[in-house]
Amino acid sequence: MSDKKPSIETLAIHAGRSVDPFTGAVVAPIHLTTTFERAADGAYPRGFCYSRTENPNRGQLEACLAAIEGGKEAIAFSSGLAVAAAVFHGLKPGDHIIAPDDVYHGFRKLLDQVFGEWGIRTSYVDMEEPANIAGAVGPTTRLIWAETPSNPLLKITDLAAVAKIARGAGAVSVCDGTFATPVLQRPFEFGIDLVAHSTTKYISGHSDVVGGALIARESCPIFEHARKSQQLAGAVPSPFDCWLTLRGIETLPYRVRAQAESALRIATFLKGCPAVEAVYYPGLPGHPGHGIAQRQMSRFGGMLSFLVRGGAAEATRVAARVRVFTRATSLGGTHSLIEHRASIEGPETRTPANLLRLSIGLESTEDLIDDLARGLESLIT
Amino acid sequence: MEFETRAVHTGQAPDPGTGATIPPIHLTTTFTQPAPGETLAGFDYSRSGNPTRAGLEACLRSLEGGEACAAFSSGLAACSAVLQSLRPGDGVAASHDLYGGTFRLLDKVFAPWGLEVAFAQNAGLDAYERAIGALRRPRLLWIETPTNPLLDVLDIVALSDLARKRGMLSVVDNTFATSYLQRPLELGADLVVHSTTKYASGHSDVVSGAVIARSGGLLEGIRFLQNATGAIPGPLDCYLVQRGLKTLAVRMDRHCANAQALAESLVGAKGIRRVVYPGLDSHPGHALAARQMRGFGGMVSVELEGGAEAARRFLSRVRIFACAESLGGVESLCSHPATMTHASVPPEIRRARGIGDGIVRLSVGIENAGDLIADVRQALGLGG
Repeated sequence: MSDKKPSIETLAIHAGRSVDPFTGAVVAPIHLTTTFERAADGAYPRGFCYSRTENPNRGQLEACLAAIEGGKEAIAFSSGLAVAAAVFHGLKPGDHIIAPDDVYHGFRKLLDQVFGEWGIRTSYVDMEEPANIAGAVGPTTRLIWAETPSNPLLKITDLAAVAKIARGAGAVSVCDGTFATPVLQRPFEFGIDLVAHSTTKYISGHSDVVGGALIARESCPIFEHARKSQQLAGAVPSPFDCWLTLRGIETLPYRVRAQAESALRIATFLKGCPAVEAVYYPGLPGHPGHGIAQRQMSRFGGMLSFLVRGGAAEATRVAARVRVFTRATSLGGTHSLIEHRASIEGPETRTPANLLRLSIGLESTEDLIDDLARGLESLIT
Repeated sequence: MEFETRAVHTGQAPDPGTGATIPPIHLTTTFTQPAPGETLAGFDYSRSGNPTRAGLEACLRSLEGGEACAAFSSGLAACSAVLQSLRPGDGVAASHDLYGGTFRLLDKVFAPWGLEVAFAQNAGLDAYERAIGALRRPRLLWIETPTNPLLDVLDIVALSDLARKRGMLSVVDNTFATSYLQRPLELGADLVVHSTTKYASGHSDVVSGAVIARSGGLLEGIRFLQNATGAIPGPLDCYLVQRGLKTLAVRMDRHCANAQALAESLVGAKGIRRVVYPGLDSHPGHALAARQMRGFGGMVSVELEGGAEAARRFLSRVRIFACAESLGGVESLCSHPATMTHASVPPEIRRARGIGDGIVRLSVGIENAGDLIADVRQALGLGG
């Protein structure tokens, strides 16, 4: 019998979990307890002492995340941004970071308005071109943070190139894999050191739990510091939230593949609409980085954006007319969402005013296409 | 409305859609917008704002007598946000006797990032003046009262006043007393932090924290960080904390009564070198505690004859008390600060502060007082 490692569909259901030895319960109980009994000799034989530092449900989630990502160890946090904060806490004043110029706006705010004030310097570059990243490297560069596909233009970054540049610079490479998920993209296979996720999105997948995770290919000082940060600065997810996230992971591979298939069909439909000026989806042959995406991803994801002919007013009108898509922020859940990004990203946004971002859910693709057609109809007058 | 009434009602309106008296828990991460960028009720994404969390924050704010509150994923996350709102070069003067986790944040996390930290050497006002004087740019005065684990009582009025005169903000960690027994904002402090894990939620089943500010403006930087760093509590946890707050008043009354009875029963008992409880006349801060607190709290520290060995023996013999971290729950807990909560404080500093190896910290629960006294006596090898 071969010792083949289980596939992701199996790991999604079994990794990190085991049958409860005392009751036989197949699904893990939820350990809300804050504190754990200490043995008479002063030891903690079962390894749990206080829930901020370790908790059974969080341990299960972390073990599962490491397994499905193909990494060594994972750390779970109270939100995606808490992951970034913990990573930055592993740096020192004067350290330099390279990040994408279209990085998630919350990440940029955290860097510029919080850690920038504490001595961290950042260079924002267009990561579609590796030469831009290499050009930004300096003697104090400690971290290169990539997001691929990016938000909201779905730009593709060559992960192997980022890993190589980081290694050459003695820096740590991080890939925010939120949009792709470990189902579609395996950053460690390209040499990336750390993967970050907002588990709020596809991983929990039901728009009902905010959380984050950091996974390491191998242990490194920044990862170890992030673990200390989780335990000592306490941005921990609750046991209930860990349990809920794990529950979502069980269907992750099937959800993501269905969403990606639907997104490809919807992107193709939009490309043919006269009211649409441009479509951004890595699966479309004309998309910049399509070739790299084909190499780097097994499918192209459930996120796409498109430009409506006109400006902000026209984009808003389209978003106002849809009925199956929901107007809401966030992404990755079972509900399809439509969002006018420019108006929520703040005054410094570089997102076009006529851009609408779609998170394709699990509704029938036909219903979603009909809904978009109805929305776009409003522009043909 | 009085405290007990507000604890039950504030931040909890009946659900308009169903009439449910207890509001539903909003697990949703996202909120439908009537038009892009518009919200129905001010919520767009749960990291930034969530109705269940808002309910908790409204309740905590009201009970503490403050104007604004931000809830966090743990007490230390709340402390972290307060410290992160400062800047490199800023100075923090802190209590001589401080929870080990706070000490560690100051010493091992924020000092390397440029925060200057000075600790008062004892509970006296001049010790705090000296600590402030040692800082180049004093910004924050951080105190706990009663302190952990020696239960020293600090003068909140005097210390807040001192801070204000030096252009500093004052923060009081009010975890041990809770807003039921002590309201630092009403005594002049600027910020209050809680590990709501402890007495506030009171059932040892939710790790969480909060910062409450005297004025909205004072919380702005911390509210910004709550959103920017996302160290937020989940909605179920917010619900659990708020559920616990409803019984805070009756629980605290019982914790205080039990602690007083237990402390009095241990004075002069064989094997006990000293009993530390602000409710005892022998406590140096007894009069001050009587002025600034409604009751003396549920925490009792005892120093056993025979140091670490006696402590270990005691902790292995208790049957109702459980040896575990944490405090403030309905069940009685006991711990050994030297090897548990204050293990992260270097031994020489620990000893200098009087946290000897024979000190046992008791979190007195709400079980029957007679049962608790009997349990402690038998663990000490005493009859009766």
